[in-house]
Amino acid sequence: MNKHIFRHEFLTRLKSVAIWSFSLTLLIAFFFALFPVFADQAALMNEFLSRYPKELRIAFGLDRMDLSTVLGFFSFLFLFVQLCVAIQAGNYGFGLVSIEESELTADFLLSKPVSRSQVMTSKLLAAFASLTVTAGVVWLVTFVSIALFRGEREYDLGTLVMLLFSVTLFQLFFMSVGLCISLLVKRVRSVTPYSLGLGFGCYVMSAFSGIFGQVALELITPFKHFDPAYIIEHNAYDLPLVLLNLGITLAALGVSYWRYIRRDIPAVS
Amino acid sequence: MSIIEISNLTKYYGKSRGIIDVSLNVEEGEIFGFIGPNGAGKSTTIRLLLSLIHPTSGSARVFGKDVTAHGPEIRKDIGYLPSEVYYYEGMKVIDLLKYSASFYDCDCTQRMKELSEIMELEMNRRISDLSYGNKKKVGIVQGLLHSPRLLFLDEPTAGLDPLMQHKFFDLIRLENKRGVTVFFSSHILGEVQRLCNRVGIIREGKIAEISDIRTLQKNNYKKVRVTAEGLDAAAFDLPGISNLTVDDGTLHFFFKGDINAVLQKISGIQVTDVTIEEPTLEEIFMHYYE
Repeated sequence: MNKHIFRHEFLTRLKSVAIWSFSLTLLIAFFFALFPVFADQAALMNEFLSRYPKELRIAFGLDRMDLSTVLGFFSFLFLFVQLCVAIQAGNYGFGLVSIEESELTADFLLSKPVSRSQVMTSKLLAAFASLTVTAGVVWLVTFVSIALFRGEREYDLGTLVMLLFSVTLFQLFFMSVGLCISLLVKRVRSVTPYSLGLGFGCYVMSAFSGIFGQVALELITPFKHFDPAYIIEHNAYDLPLVLLNLGITLAALGVSYWRYIRRDIPAVS
Repeated sequence: MSIIEISNLTKYYGKSRGIIDVSLNVEEGEIFGFIGPNGAGKSTTIRLLLSLIHPTSGSARVFGKDVTAHGPEIRKDIGYLPSEVYYYEGMKVIDLLKYSASFYDCDCTQRMKELSEIMELEMNRRISDLSYGNKKKVGIVQGLLHSPRLLFLDEPTAGLDPLMQHKFFDLIRLENKRGVTVFFSSHILGEVQRLCNRVGIIREGKIAEISDIRTLQKNNYKKVRVTAEGLDAAAFDLPGISNLTVDDGTLHFFFKGDINAVLQKISGIQVTDVTIEEPTLEEIFMHYYE
């Protein structure tokens, strides 16, 4: 790990981290501000929801959520948090080494006396640090919003912590898989289409797998690995799926190192 | 001691050729010119030596160490100026240079100031605001600021105005006097002739010739054009003349040997115009491949 690369990478991403954190703050705070209204009209609300097509309710996990409880309501909005986090982490993963190549600065960095694995490790840690800042903001805003709007309603702190901690594993997954894909394709010209594709792709897979019942798709999408409805229902992670998630993350990182160390840096042309 | 030893180095990008079976040595303290047309494999060779790309077969050693096994260690003493310079657009020149310096264990602040004064580089501008020539200057300063033992210059003069080129050549000569070995790639024969002791000529991925610059010049053809009234082509039938053509009262030929023989012939006739010039690189290559 090279502290100068770490510092450079972290500072480069600072603005992006600020924008994502700000957006997530708005999302969580405004969404959760609606909770008192939902909770007071719970009976009405649940009846209203039951009129939606069943498939739609399943796709959003609404069939298993009770919007009148703190965690039930939070888990609904958490789906959108997960989506944002997936896209942000995907962005950093896809861009981690490919941006140096598309902006042609790879020659500068890699002709310095650092090894490829040092470069990779420093960049990964810097991106993870950036993501952790965003995760920290999510924790903070969640606790503040719940304290402000829950009224007299109780909730289980342990389950909430479990839900929030899944953000970090979620980020690691999308960063690593993004990085791995960026090193398997020939050249990444623009990062955003890839990360949007990966983020929404995984989300849609999870939604479909809900509608069609148990399908193998849920094995590869983190939206299933960390299904908020499941976590709240059982006060626990779905352990085999979480282990599978960690396995995919580690495998993606392994492949990334292996590919990057052997990679021919494309010349300017 | 040979600073660079390349033996049977081959690089294919998939199926397309990079370089084929290149072998050459560069000795400590020399300025080695590496010339060839675009796409001949000059940059490929340099990028292999910097381990930016990995060889298909063969090996290369720099400072006596294998480039694939000891890349980071070797690069401590290498300065590299790429042919196209690209840096982090959002950064200021000074920040980029500091970032670059941070990779080496030296306090390079003094050297950085000296170099940017010589190259008239403004330190507080953003990289994105710089012209191509100014970016090249940033490249020169960042390539030299850690006082490397070996310099790779890949077509370094492109984008520099003549005055800056001059300063740059002086700078390289000065570095060389201090014992720095220089690997200078170019497709302009003139600048290689001005600077280098020895040259390697590469064409279509293969080394065509490695020789002392003097031998190359001695063996070299001159391109001569004579315009005169009532010109007799037969009069120029000298040993060493080739490709003789007459075109609308103008005589074109290549000459190899003692140029005085040609000058005597010319002085014997009333000419309207004479030019004697270096053949272009392409014409020299024609010579090597005849």
